Amino acid sequence: MAFSSYEARFVAPFFFILPKNGGKEVIALIKLVNVNKSFGNLHVLKDVNLEVAEGEKLVIIGPSGSGKSTTVRCMNFLEEPTSGEVYINGTQLTHKNKIEIIRNSTAMVFQQFNLYPHKTVLQNLTLAPIKLQKVPKAEAEELAYKYLDIVGLREKAGVYPSTLSGGQQQRVAIARALCSRAKIILFDEPTSALDPETVQEVLDVMIKLSQENITMVVVTHEMGFARQVADRVIFMDDGRILEEGTPEHFFENPTHERTKAFLSKILK
Amino acid sequence: MIKQISELWRWQVLWADWPKFAVAFLKTLEIAFFALALALCLGVIFGLMSTSHNRLLRGIARVYVEFFQNTPLAIQVFFVFFALPYAGITLSKVTIGILCVGTYTGAYMSEAVRAGIGSIPKGQFEAAQSQGFTYIQTMALIILPQTIKIILPPMVNQMVNLVKNTSIVTMIAGGDLMYRANAFATNGTMSYGPSYLVCGILYFILCFPLTRWARRYEDRLKQRDVQTNLEIEKMEEELV
Repeated sequence: MAFSSYEARFVAPFFFILPKNGGKEVIALIKLVNVNKSFGNLHVLKDVNLEVAEGEKLVIIGPSGSGKSTTVRCMNFLEEPTSGEVYINGTQLTHKNKIEIIRNSTAMVFQQFNLYPHKTVLQNLTLAPIKLQKVPKAEAEELAYKYLDIVGLREKAGVYPSTLSGGQQQRVAIARALCSRAKIILFDEPTSALDPETVQEVLDVMIKLSQENITMVVVTHEMGFARQVADRVIFMDDGRILEEGTPEHFFENPTHERTKAFLSKILK
Repeated sequence: MIKQISELWRWQVLWADWPKFAVAFLKTLEIAFFALALALCLGVIFGLMSTSHNRLLRGIARVYVEFFQNTPLAIQVFFVFFALPYAGITLSKVTIGILCVGTYTGAYMSEAVRAGIGSIPKGQFEAAQSQGFTYIQTMALIILPQTIKIILPPMVNQMVNLVKNTSIVTMIAGGDLMYRANAFATNGTMSYGPSYLVCGILYFILCFPLTRWARRYEDRLKQRDVQTNLEIEKMEEELV
């Protein structure tokens, strides 16, 4: 941006608040500011502050009841914070605008898959694009097949979800999330409900995804996955973020006693 | 009674009156059809309201259901027919039949819808919300279609009850099938037996296809589940 000297007189005093990198401010894609969440008397999240950059792969770990899932569910307002702010791509999420923002920017993969049982696999994938993004049916199906290829389930397009194994259902759910072409995909313990044999097939798909420029926030107990894929790992306990860092730092030199205790139990 | 039914002339007189019965049959059909449409609409609307997060909406739905479930249909009909005219509202008998039977059955249907929605796992709502569906879209595209299998049997019970309950307008001389049968029987010949027998058969003709259709549809939905189960078994065999 070039200013004439005349304009510069007005702009110059404010230059100190302008971002440094060539005028393009880097806005965190997801930003939580002092987020608190209570369920009745249960204070689940306590002043959580968190930023996730575009394309970042963030893994959240911690004992159960530590608020990991709630944190992720606050990011798409499945839980609306009791206090604090959530920003998606710079826009503050509110009760009013949440549907539009979520529709355009986020997708979620659940522990229990939550595929629509009355629709075939293909219909599960195309429902939102056709009804919400108003994509023509043929195009939506083409897209769906593309993502079914990625998760390796093209031949299952015509069946109902109940005929699939847990791992297959979760891969379909991931394909469904991809079909929304959202920048952000939130994973809420995607492998916790799977039997051990099928966990890896889902992780493999997620590892494949991590090569794309999709922002992934993953709540998981799969430490191997965290180590391999995460740009940053966050450890939560009792509703707070206790520690964060790169996987190397996190797994090799955890600073917090609580983190060490947790890791020693889980990495046995 | 047996003697009455076995006397041919009574049947001949009845047969001679068939155009009147046909008109009455059509009138019953008319009341039933529009009352059913009304009941279904009210059932879905109040069923949705009673599962809403809004306390006021839930309260209104509750009052509606409790009021219509706990007062006799006959009183509702009499009230509308005899009392409302004093408030300057005079409705035709058919309209009264449609309104009263429709709202009455709607209360029962809304309970079925509420139970159906309540049986859908929370995850389905969350999945829909996470994709950005609005409340209406979620209900119309994802939740209600899943409830059909669950609420079909109680719904059909209510539909059949509705058809039978249209006979309430007889009490206000509504000109429906029951009224016609009654009028014929008490009109000099005293042919109660043949008259009520025919009347019953005509109601049966209305209701029976409804229950048959519902059974067939339910079986088809179950068939789909059986197919999926078979496929799962096949898959498991392949794995072995």
